[in-house]
Amino acid sequence: MTITKTPTVVAGGVGTSPIRPDGIPKVRGEFAYSSDLEVDGMLWGSTVRSPHARARIVSIDVAPALAIRGVAAALTIADVGGRGLFGLIEPDQPVLADGEVRFWGEPVAVVAADDRETARIAATAVVVHYEPLDPLTDPERAEELGETFRVLDITRGDPDARGEVVVEGYYEVGMQDQAQLGTESGLAIPDGSGGVDLHVSTQWLHVDHEQVVASLGLPPEQLRLHLAGIGGAFGAREDISLQIHLCLLALRTGRPVKMVYDRAESFVGHVHRHPARMWFRHEADRDGILRRVEARILLDGGAFASTSPAVLANAAYFAVGPYASESVTVHAAAARTNNPPCGAMRGFGAVQSCFGYEAQMDRLAAALGIDPVELRLRNALDREDRIATTGQVIVGSLPTRRVIEALRALPLPDEAPGDDPRRLPGGTGLTTSRAAVMRGVGFAVGIKNLAFSEAFDDFTEVRAELTADGIRIHTAAAEVGQGLVTVIQQIARTATGISNVEVVWDHTGEIGSAGSTSASRQTQMTGGATLRACEAVAAVALARADAESLDDEGAWRDDQLVMTLADLVAAGPIEHLERFRHPPTTPPDEHGNGDVHAGYAVAAHRAIVDVDPELGLVHVVRVDTAQDVGRVLNPQAVIGQIEGGIMQGVGLAIMEEIVIDRGVMKNASFTDYLLPTFLDAPDMTAVLIEEPDHWGPFGAKGVGEPPTISSTAAVVAAIRNATGRDLNRAPVRPEDIVGL
Amino acid sequence: MNEMMQVEMTVNGRVRSFDVAVNHTLLEVLRDDIGLTGTKECCVVGECGACTVLIDGVPMNSCLMLAVEADGADVLTVEGLATDGHLDRLQQAFLEQGAAQCGFCIPGQLMSAHALLQRNPHPTIDDINEALAGNLCRCAGYQQISAAIMSSAEGAGR
Repeated sequence: MTITKTPTVVAGGVGTSPIRPDGIPKVRGEFAYSSDLEVDGMLWGSTVRSPHARARIVSIDVAPALAIRGVAAALTIADVGGRGLFGLIEPDQPVLADGEVRFWGEPVAVVAADDRETARIAATAVVVHYEPLDPLTDPERAEELGETFRVLDITRGDPDARGEVVVEGYYEVGMQDQAQLGTESGLAIPDGSGGVDLHVSTQWLHVDHEQVVASLGLPPEQLRLHLAGIGGAFGAREDISLQIHLCLLALRTGRPVKMVYDRAESFVGHVHRHPARMWFRHEADRDGILRRVEARILLDGGAFASTSPAVLANAAYFAVGPYASESVTVHAAAARTNNPPCGAMRGFGAVQSCFGYEAQMDRLAAALGIDPVELRLRNALDREDRIATTGQVIVGSLPTRRVIEALRALPLPDEAPGDDPRRLPGGTGLTTSRAAVMRGVGFAVGIKNLAFSEAFDDFTEVRAELTADGIRIHTAAAEVGQGLVTVIQQIARTATGISNVEVVWDHTGEIGSAGSTSASRQTQMTGGATLRACEAVAAVALARADAESLDDEGAWRDDQLVMTLADLVAAGPIEHLERFRHPPTTPPDEHGNGDVHAGYAVAAHRAIVDVDPELGLVHVVRVDTAQDVGRVLNPQAVIGQIEGGIMQGVGLAIMEEIVIDRGVMKNASFTDYLLPTFLDAPDMTAVLIEEPDHWGPFGAKGVGEPPTISSTAAVVAAIRNATGRDLNRAPVRPEDIVGL
Repeated sequence: MNEMMQVEMTVNGRVRSFDVAVNHTLLEVLRDDIGLTGTKECCVVGECGACTVLIDGVPMNSCLMLAVEADGADVLTVEGLATDGHLDRLQQAFLEQGAAQCGFCIPGQLMSAHALLQRNPHPTIDDINEALAGNLCRCAGYQQISAAIMSSAEGAGR
């Protein structure tokens, strides 16, 4: 049989917005999140947590819990073999508290019982005697005492360089929660021969695997981690939460064990965005060119290290932002306190320093009498410039000026609030005269490194295989909702010409690490691996058939189908395992300089706010943006990331903060920790700047974090513009506006 | 252990009669007793809307309602939106607009939107924002969800 066809571009390839494959089960309510898993005979786990920020554990008595009918286990640190410690960078956190509790909510014991209610009752029945100790909760005091996870000092250029105009400022950022809607949950199933299968929602299967086997003393092959359906992440799932506890309970009881944190437990069960205290001094010439920037940045890392060293690095390296300066001094420290541990949240570290340096750029513009956008343009970094802190030459794209100019060129709508009270600050609760509502506009620009930095061996593994039906991609990369699964399909389609692409999540025993779904890295990393693996598969298939192109039917030459996919596969397996690495990075030298980053992206945000000056309420009317995306692989998914990222930035600007009082979390619920709703959502317009980068597939850059870097700074700048107040803290609280 | 009570309710068009623990919420009974896990447990204090179901056509947080309170009610969950396996117009619009990212809030969004369109087939954007203000989403900026509801409503008007 001869089939003739006209070659066409493959449907659903890069540059389009195909229906996401997990979308149908998600809108049907049939998508299995980790909290939906169950097996016959499973137990439910629950956690006993510390009611003190710091205390010595005098005794733990689990007998009252074990005496409850239906309770199968109640375990403490004494039941943990192996290292007993875990941590993403440094293993410093005990699996269960060991002699002392170091933060409010620290796990002290775990129980398993026949049902969830019994497990919760059993957790309350464990008797722990504490001797409370004075908690160290002031990060400045902690730094004085040398209680730090990392200190990074950066010096570059002539420290005696001076500018004619000097502005100084002190800024603070509060502790933000990822508030991913799916709480931590998982199911551990013992295999009957000493091993265990853990189904869990995580951002990084293999690093969880490392920590579980090390902390419990398990042979690595005895544990297999499987990716379960994930209800959002944003950094909250990069660290261990219940993974080790589930495996411990399952191995001890010999029965499957499920845990689902409730919302209050989720708040204490994962790390948060670091609160920051920052001081900046900017010096510039009369024409606005930055001559020197000094910064001191203090992050509160809380009780355990988590990713504090990496968060601190971002805060320090981006202390000047996307601007040039030949003279820089930065002192940055991440303090160890008895506050809840902090770690990665979207934009980690770069968000905090952006809030400071962008406020400084506005102050500088005011001092100089220069338009603030113009001031940014005069100092903007581009390809071949050097990052002000590290001195690293920017070898990929960095269209900072284009981004700023594109945003500035968007029309600035003068839409009055109108008659509908739902669009006013405070909504229908507005009591102030409408004429008193004040409008403001703010502009901010942010920069973020892409993928992992500082010589971390950052790789991802993808296996592509040709099947009789199409292409199958094997990966361990976490799809957290961002749409990686769609992007993998699109890249595979474009690389091979075959539209039928299936993505399979292998467990940790079947494929190597994909690295973390964080740092905006998966589109570039797992996407890059997918591209190479698929190109290799296509090359073998074309050679075998002596053909020119592939599609879902098979291999084609001169418009003739020469071999079907089934024939190609029948002649021998065609597959390729790709381990992809981004360009190497270096550790910083003794001055904090070096080629520490693999690439960068910039974004700018312009916010319009209406402020009720009497009640101190803010309505964010619009946030427009221009973002450097390298190359758009999926327009709809990019917009989804941008809009969602801006919303998290709006939240940090005006409402989201975990309140800690002497180490105790005061608002661990969605009643008291406010998230932006539909009514809080600004209108948004996004301009995507495509200037291909040097190593992402098709020139693409990660897009997840840039929307959160400068959106907070832009909103707060707009509130300053509206009110004339010198707001130096995010989130802006009503009392900050009314001046109490 | 728990005191039980017999209830009868129509769930997604099917009349069911069964025993529930008197202290269990409708959310717990839907997920754990009936196995309809599309309705999500999220904040359990009525703030997030992920557990939204329709009770006699009215959107309710099933985490704030005891199952016994639903005795005699007509309960619609996300699993009841599709007909004979075919997505309804609203589900299809959510799919096409990319409204579902992680998707955890989507069952609740769909139920609130379904109720809105039942009572107001041509909502404005402000109507949508108000009707869905009790349904949090953490992935998106709400605009793709609003666009899905608007496109679905426009279709209904044709």
